[in-house]
Amino acid sequence: MTGIQARFRLAWPGFTLEVELELPARGVTALFGHSGSGKTTLLRCIAGLEQAPQGRLLVDGEVWQGDGHWVPTHQRPIGYVFQEASLFPHLSVMDNLRYGLRRIPVAQRQSLDPVIERLGIGHLLERKPNGLSGGERQRVGMARALAVRPRLLLMDEPLAALDLQRKQEILPYLERLHDELDIPVLYVTHSPDEVARLADHLVVMDGGKVIASGPLADTLARLDLPIRLGEDVGAVLEATVVVVDPHWHLARVDFAGGSLWTRDQGLAVGHRVRVRILARDVSLAREQPSASSIQNVLRGQVDAMADDEHPGLVLVRVQVGTSRFVARLTKRAAATLEVAVGQALWVQVKSVALLK
Amino acid sequence: MLSDGDLQALWLTVRLAGIVTLILLLLGTPIAWWLARSKAWWKGPVGAVVALPLVLPPSVLGFYLLLAMGPNGPVGQLTQALGIGPLPFTFWGLVIASVFYSLPFMVQPLQTAFESIGERPLEVAATLRASPLDAFFTVAVPLARPGFLTACVLTFAHTVGEFGVVLMIGGNLPGVTRVASVQIYDHVEALEYMQAHRLAAVMLIFSFLVLLALYAGRTRSSQGGMA
Repeated sequence: MTGIQARFRLAWPGFTLEVELELPARGVTALFGHSGSGKTTLLRCIAGLEQAPQGRLLVDGEVWQGDGHWVPTHQRPIGYVFQEASLFPHLSVMDNLRYGLRRIPVAQRQSLDPVIERLGIGHLLERKPNGLSGGERQRVGMARALAVRPRLLLMDEPLAALDLQRKQEILPYLERLHDELDIPVLYVTHSPDEVARLADHLVVMDGGKVIASGPLADTLARLDLPIRLGEDVGAVLEATVVVVDPHWHLARVDFAGGSLWTRDQGLAVGHRVRVRILARDVSLAREQPSASSIQNVLRGQVDAMADDEHPGLVLVRVQVGTSRFVARLTKRAAATLEVAVGQALWVQVKSVALLK
Repeated sequence: MLSDGDLQALWLTVRLAGIVTLILLLLGTPIAWWLARSKAWWKGPVGAVVALPLVLPPSVLGFYLLLAMGPNGPVGQLTQALGIGPLPFTFWGLVIASVFYSLPFMVQPLQTAFESIGERPLEVAATLRASPLDAFFTVAVPLARPGFLTACVLTFAHTVGEFGVVLMIGGNLPGVTRVASVQIYDHVEALEYMQAHRLAAVMLIFSFLVLLALYAGRTRSSQGGMA
């Protein structure tokens, strides 16, 4: 049996975690929710840093907790990246990396060079953590967690303590990890942008409970969830760069069911990309628009509708091929267009974000 | 300059303070660790007992220790049954009394140092495969180093300066329990003011140097914390 099966119940004054979950054995699972939703507590339970008295945790069929069995944190084959990098201040960067490496069985030890190279910290090895920038520290923190050859990587909002610029500096490293790591990653975040960029599987938490869990595109496109993404509601599609038009500086990406033009970002033809289309950038039309500044027009069929947070707005999900788009309309517009489930419509996409 | 008696008293003082500091380092560290991390209700009472010597007149502490270690006291009967004999008016009696007397000077700086480290570095160590004991020695102790320095210096200096407990437990036996503070007292009693001056000056300079080292060390290691 592969993957992670977890069941935790933990009651503190003013907070109860009650979770039953199955997570895939591969890829990045985002634990998404607002602060206080219990996502970090769930991660800590999986790491063994928190002991839920009636818990049960199986990882790849191995019991880490349950049946009177408790594997302490230091015996779990995990890597943990804390929100603040939490490097040991009395050790150099290199000795921080070696700390865990020295404590794993000799047979599992591997050269640190690939990890150092992957996170671009080769020039920092002799330095003490106090002299590093926030972004550098977090990269060292990630390298240190990977150095112990974990079978499960746990990341607790690794970008939350960083400013926007540092986030942009680290995200490419995370995206590389996402592509290159063959171990499951649990990634706690409250940022829809990080979810869209990094996650393959999405777990949405609220009030100490899991309110949704499933593959990213499906879960994001669910309209029945009180995810409260606000301005970030939208769809994420997997696509491939197929045409680059150097004259107009545009690139065409194909997804399951259609294609979209977007600004050329220097990606080669054949490159796999993740495309994010926010609901506010999608509009609907009954007739094919003939003269419009919006160049991406697709034929689709309304597949579901739901009220948005604002009483004047409605979210409409449209199936294009096998992919789904979400559009945000005013209720008046929806009424004027007589939008209904099953109706065929033209989908206009004003803006497409290539995530990598 | 200093008489043989003075030198003997100084050497005895240094030996006493050194042994007491070593014993308290071994004894005080686990107590401080427990006090810093325990959530048990009796943490408060234990902390209060540890701090008692701070407020108790040394003669009171010495009196109770004398009773306990005397031939009819529980400790005295134990030591006699073991064939060691009664402890009062011996060097080791003085060591035991000084351990009690200086206990808070070891425990409290260590407790503060351990508390300021917080839970996080130890959690990090655990996720890097370090057992609790391993994490204690490789993370908590290095991070608490300034606290250890303060605690050892204060304990040593405080033991050097004790007087009341020594008189109660140790008396005034040359080479056995006559430490520097008692020697000075003797000089003054005998109106040997010149002798008293010399020994007192040695103590004054020693105390100043100890504190100087402590404060200089503190300003150097004040920039730390978890990165």
